[in-house]
Amino acid sequence: MNYNVDVHGYYGDFGGAFIPEMLYPNVEELRQNYIQIASDPAFQEEFHALLKDYVGRPTPLYFAKRFSEHYGCKVYLKREDLCHTGAHKVNNTIGQILMAKRLGKKRIIAETGAGQHGVATATVCALMGMECIVYMGAIDIKRQAPNVARMKMLGAKVVPAESGSKTLKDATNEAIRDWINNPVDTHYIIGSVVGPHPYPDMVARFQAVISQEIKWQLQEKEGRENPDYVVACVGGGSNAAGAYYEYLNTPEVGLIAVEAAGKGVNTGESAATSQLGKSGIIHGSKTLLMQTEDGQITEPYSISAGLDYPGIGPMHAHLYASGRAEFISITDKAAMEAGLLLSQLEGIIPAIETSHAFAIFEERKFKADDIVVVNLSGRGDKDLNTYIEYFKL
Amino acid sequence: MNRIQQALQQDKKLLSIYFTAGFPKLDDTVTVIQELENSGADMIEIGLPFSDPLADGPTIQESSTDALKNGITTARLFDQLEGIRDTVSIPLIMMGYFNPMMQYGMEDFCKRCSELGIDGLIIPDLPLREFELEYKAIFEKYGLDMVFLITPQTSEARIREIDAASNSFIYMVSTASTTGAQSGFGSETTAYFDRIANMNLKSECIVGFGISSEETFTAATHKAKGAIIGSAFIKMLREKGTAGIGAFMKGIRPD
Repeated sequence: MNYNVDVHGYYGDFGGAFIPEMLYPNVEELRQNYIQIASDPAFQEEFHALLKDYVGRPTPLYFAKRFSEHYGCKVYLKREDLCHTGAHKVNNTIGQILMAKRLGKKRIIAETGAGQHGVATATVCALMGMECIVYMGAIDIKRQAPNVARMKMLGAKVVPAESGSKTLKDATNEAIRDWINNPVDTHYIIGSVVGPHPYPDMVARFQAVISQEIKWQLQEKEGRENPDYVVACVGGGSNAAGAYYEYLNTPEVGLIAVEAAGKGVNTGESAATSQLGKSGIIHGSKTLLMQTEDGQITEPYSISAGLDYPGIGPMHAHLYASGRAEFISITDKAAMEAGLLLSQLEGIIPAIETSHAFAIFEERKFKADDIVVVNLSGRGDKDLNTYIEYFKL
Repeated sequence: MNRIQQALQQDKKLLSIYFTAGFPKLDDTVTVIQELENSGADMIEIGLPFSDPLADGPTIQESSTDALKNGITTARLFDQLEGIRDTVSIPLIMMGYFNPMMQYGMEDFCKRCSELGIDGLIIPDLPLREFELEYKAIFEKYGLDMVFLITPQTSEARIREIDAASNSFIYMVSTASTTGAQSGFGSETTAYFDRIANMNLKSECIVGFGISSEETFTAATHKAKGAIIGSAFIKMLREKGTAGIGAFMKGIRPD
């Protein structure tokens, strides 16, 4: 089985472009051009130069000695937390802003939940001198004041999404509506491997730099390109898509996707989409989706704002349905404790999203010689308040 | 010939009204339909509410949110429409986003529509390709029209493709925007209306988005077969309820 996107934009039964006709020209323009533009040597040169000198790539692949000893296997950390702006998100925004420039666009829009993608977008817009409008749920704006301030300082306009549940999915709706209203000069930088084809594939290709680096870095350290497992947290799933990308069609590499169980998968306050979702349409993509029996999209819950998306990228829906990836759900409590443990064993405070990935070692046992790469997708600075409140620090 | 085809053959400009089912009150659905027919509507689009209506502006979004709060569901809407053909004879079209229909089951959904006397469906986020591959046969089996949209940005080639695939009217979105009232049409929009009229499509075109008054209705139907009013009607319903329908319709088409 092939786990990459097919010519019609599907991953197995998932994906496609379920968009109103108003969006068809924009999405079609992108679909017809994205591969050609991104594979142009001049584009690649500019992309990789920025990733190197501006983002700070390659990010280290670090052997976590004390964490490994604690759990009795060999754990490597892919340090995306060391990227400029503090998370992997910027890999995608660099790629997409270069794409937007080549498509002749003048105006950039984006959605953001916790604000990480909004900051990464505002950052590259400042870098390129482009107008930037970020849609953010009105509730999230209140919850994530420091990131709102960062975006403003970077020159972006932050527009509150007042519709629906006033969080990430509604911010995404507002960004899509903006795009409908501005079909010619605007590029929509979507923040994850979600949305209509070609977005999931395009974002995955830009994030693929993560697994491209893991391959040669692991070769240097262990004399082999392939780990036994790659572990990543999944909200929409862009860091996981990037960490898996080069291994998708290498079955001997186990892929482990970690979702947010929130207060518990069956408590009604969860974001474990693979467990709770059914096939449906969200933001132009057919994927696993949390919804009512009547097909209304429901609001997920997780302590980490970056994982509470009611869908997952269609690539991940296919990895789940086909059994290619193992899906594990981690509660708020387990994630918070894992974040604290990593901080104290390795001196690295992870983003709470990423903490979920570290929590699996409590329940998922590995062999002593297993090499497990965990994608350390973001740093915990943005979450200090949540950690402080949770642990009464 | 189905009711939509019959309506399209009438020697007049068609006034079609969109409203959100279960709004402003849960049980207003049937009253709205009957009042619309009595006050001269030529066609009705029954909006099936969705939590995340991507192509809609604030007015229709809010009416959907309210309708869902009122407790409307697909099954309940079908119950409300039971027997509608005893009192209403103009074409009725169901308009909604794809996900709620997909969850109901597309074949069951179409079967139920057909039993109730619904004539066609508008599903803005079901693309032409997916429709043709997966659902066209079901629509044909149950005798339902599928109405496709075009916009000012739709390329000529794609308009031709849609025209060829269409067995109904084409829903001509007036401007690059989400739904919602506008004060009038600019020269760009008029040029677009002319361009489409000059393409000599086999399908009739009915204009939607931005029509709210006698003036905009007249402008939209100068070249097209008819026009659809949505947000302006919803706004009126929110303020005046079903009692305001007659006066609203008179305002659009005085004679």
